Amino acid sequence: MISTLGGFVLFLALGVTLYAAAAAVLGARAGREDWLASSRNAVLAHFCLVTLAIFLLEYALITSDFSLRYVANTSTRGSLTRYKIAGLWGSLEGSILLWEWLQALFAALVVARYSDRGPSGCRQLMPYVQAVLQGISAFFLLLMTFGANPFAPLFPVPPDGRGLNPLLEVTDMLIHPLLLYLGYVGFSVPFAFAMAALVTGHVSEEWLTITRRWTVVAWLFLTGGIFYGGWWSYRTLGWGGYWAWDPVENASFMPWLTGTAFIHSVMIQERKRMLRVWNLVLITLTFSLVIFGTFLTRSGILGSVHAFADGPVGVMFLAFLALVLFFSFGLVAYRSDALKGHGELDSIVSRESAFLLNNLVLVGICFTVFLGTIFPLLAEAIRGTKISVGTPYFNRVSVPLGLALLLLMGIGPLIAWGRASLNNLQRNFLKPSLAALAGGAILVALGVRQAEVLAAFVFCLFVIGTIVFEFLVGTRTRAKTTGEGLLTAFATLLLKSRRRYGGLIVHLGVVVAIVGIAVSSVYKVEREQTLQPGESMQVGPYSVRFDGMAAGERPTHILVWANLMAFKDGQPLHTLTPGQRYYPNQQSPFASVDARYHWNEDLYVILSAFERDGSSATFKVMINPMISWIWIGGGVILLGVIVAVLPERRLALLALRAKAQVA
Amino acid sequence: MSWKKALIPLACVPVIILLAYGFRTDPKAIPSPLVRQPAPGFRMAVYDAGELSLETLKGKPVVVNFWASWCYPACYEEAPLLESTWRKYKDQGLMVVGVDIQDKEANAREFMRRFDFTFPNGPDPGSKISIDYGVYGVPETFFIDRQGRITYKHVGALTPALMEAQVQAILKGN
Repeated sequence: MISTLGGFVLFLALGVTLYAAAAAVLGARAGREDWLASSRNAVLAHFCLVTLAIFLLEYALITSDFSLRYVANTSTRGSLTRYKIAGLWGSLEGSILLWEWLQALFAALVVARYSDRGPSGCRQLMPYVQAVLQGISAFFLLLMTFGANPFAPLFPVPPDGRGLNPLLEVTDMLIHPLLLYLGYVGFSVPFAFAMAALVTGHVSEEWLTITRRWTVVAWLFLTGGIFYGGWWSYRTLGWGGYWAWDPVENASFMPWLTGTAFIHSVMIQERKRMLRVWNLVLITLTFSLVIFGTFLTRSGILGSVHAFADGPVGVMFLAFLALVLFFSFGLVAYRSDALKGHGELDSIVSRESAFLLNNLVLVGICFTVFLGTIFPLLAEAIRGTKISVGTPYFNRVSVPLGLALLLLMGIGPLIAWGRASLNNLQRNFLKPSLAALAGGAILVALGVRQAEVLAAFVFCLFVIGTIVFEFLVGTRTRAKTTGEGLLTAFATLLLKSRRRYGGLIVHLGVVVAIVGIAVSSVYKVEREQTLQPGESMQVGPYSVRFDGMAAGERPTHILVWANLMAFKDGQPLHTLTPGQRYYPNQQSPFASVDARYHWNEDLYVILSAFERDGSSATFKVMINPMISWIWIGGGVILLGVIVAVLPERRLALLALRAKAQVA
Repeated sequence: MSWKKALIPLACVPVIILLAYGFRTDPKAIPSPLVRQPAPGFRMAVYDAGELSLETLKGKPVVVNFWASWCYPACYEEAPLLESTWRKYKDQGLMVVGVDIQDKEANAREFMRRFDFTFPNGPDPGSKISIDYGVYGVPETFFIDRQGRITYKHVGALTPALMEAQVQAILKGN
């Protein structure tokens, strides 16, 4: 019943979305306002239909209707309701439906926002924006209709389902994929505007201005998804790491890199009318890399812990990727004469060139990651040998490039546009440079010798220095000229140029995260030892005593754990209970790590092995210094983006309220 | 549009071709060091039928299949093929042996009843046989020729074409 109904709803949605795209294009060509209105209605109807499909699938998941193959694959009767709900994106078909729903939602939001009151120039672009967004939706609906139907029936109906992989039955599953999808789908909006600009020939700066906020929000979701994924992996996967350069992690990292480059390079185009082609290429690359990443995960051509099953879906994704690439780069080529830029670089020592360098480095990192990700495929195609490209390659190429980026992060926001005078350089950079060098000297005196760590610290101090000085000088100047108090002056400064100061806060967050990454990866202490009950092992300043094994039944699994007591400098600190979870229908146990999380140092324990009689157990104990700074940095980035994109009016209200409180 | 401009979109072609090539490869196919080596010997308690040892099957071609009742859907897909192959070729001397790993006996018996298994199947307590064969997941299938050497290893559900080709190869004995 649900199977037929769901399939019908998706098919109908496909028809409506194709109609919306066609009516938009034909309406724009013929100048028929009524066709355009009809297209807009169809976009909204399409959103309602996909919403209905989501409700149908969720209903089947929550009521354990195993007559749907998808429900049987992703949930069991015993699953908690929230994991039944999360089953929607626990496997291929449902995650495509969710993606398509977000796509439909964003298309509806764009139509609602810009149909009658967008900025000037928006009217000509909108029909083609709609057509591109509906085209993307049509692809996902085709995929579900012909390759990966979430409503495919299952007969005979099994008594119980298989359920999600136990690793996915955690609260994080409710957040991490959603954030990533929001980021991925979010980038389709600037992409659609870029394509519309190319089709109509209105290739000036309008599409950039309109989509600026969309891009930053998409970037925020993608960044949040990546950070959250690392945090999740660190707390639950039991290897003590947060990033492994796995193909699917790379798949989310690559559009992040080009997206970050795009956010920066649009500023040059807005200011100097330069880099028009470059910006179009960047947003096209970002969107293509999103599709490429999804292709990697869904096609099964590369081995990965994240990979979904294979099938016709991979071929369809590849065809869509080819279509996107040919269509968009073909348009760029077609419009290349109109795209000739106006400005040129006045000087190497300028903000433009700092931003250009930043773009080159970001795209360079993206290229090396891309190469490393597909290299196994390349090697097999050319030499016929199976190889794997591991962490050492990615670290070797990305650490120096990352350091260069860090330095540019300090220079870019403060150096003058056009041609920086010696005076400008001195005013903005002398003090931060001296502070950074002094900090570096202190670190050398403290015994830090690794060149990369030193460089990272000195650059981080430099960036922090520039940001702090910028805030200090700005606040003081404002206080002096307006006579406001320092706090008020600071707040108004923040609100007056939110984009600039929000961006600086984001940079601060990135620096905090980089400090965490550098320190935790270089100064990590790790020890593995087998203990008998009563024995202790020493790791750094900590001593960990093994007090025996225990086991118990949990609703979905059997948990075996070790009781440990951690001491620091002889003082009892914390009890730790690392364990292993045994699920009835999984071959190998899942680690259940335990840790004492602290702002400057985590004590992280994994139960590697144990004797069944409890006579001994092997533990891996790690000290991860400053690893929480990575997550704190993520939080600061979030704060910065909120400052940068919150609507003017909302902030004005907040400011008024704050003033009222002060008064 | 001049041909120079056409080069821009055409630059994407090699990437697409490379990715398309990816469909022809199998990232999970890790070459097993056991292929062309003598099959590790094992003794196994067969469900309801005493004991079976690989040594006693020397001179016969053998298909060793690792399965489990919880392995859905792959094991369920290939189970009928295992049974039909056994019925088709047992008179020509082919042996099919099922090793049931990390399973509950009741579920395993239900699985065997469901697919009407008549070839010998047994549990693998302590996963000893699976470890000797380097089994990574279920299902995995090993084809062993008359000289007791592994000729082929397959990961994942078997397909009729592959089963037929590999069985013919070990029946011939070369």
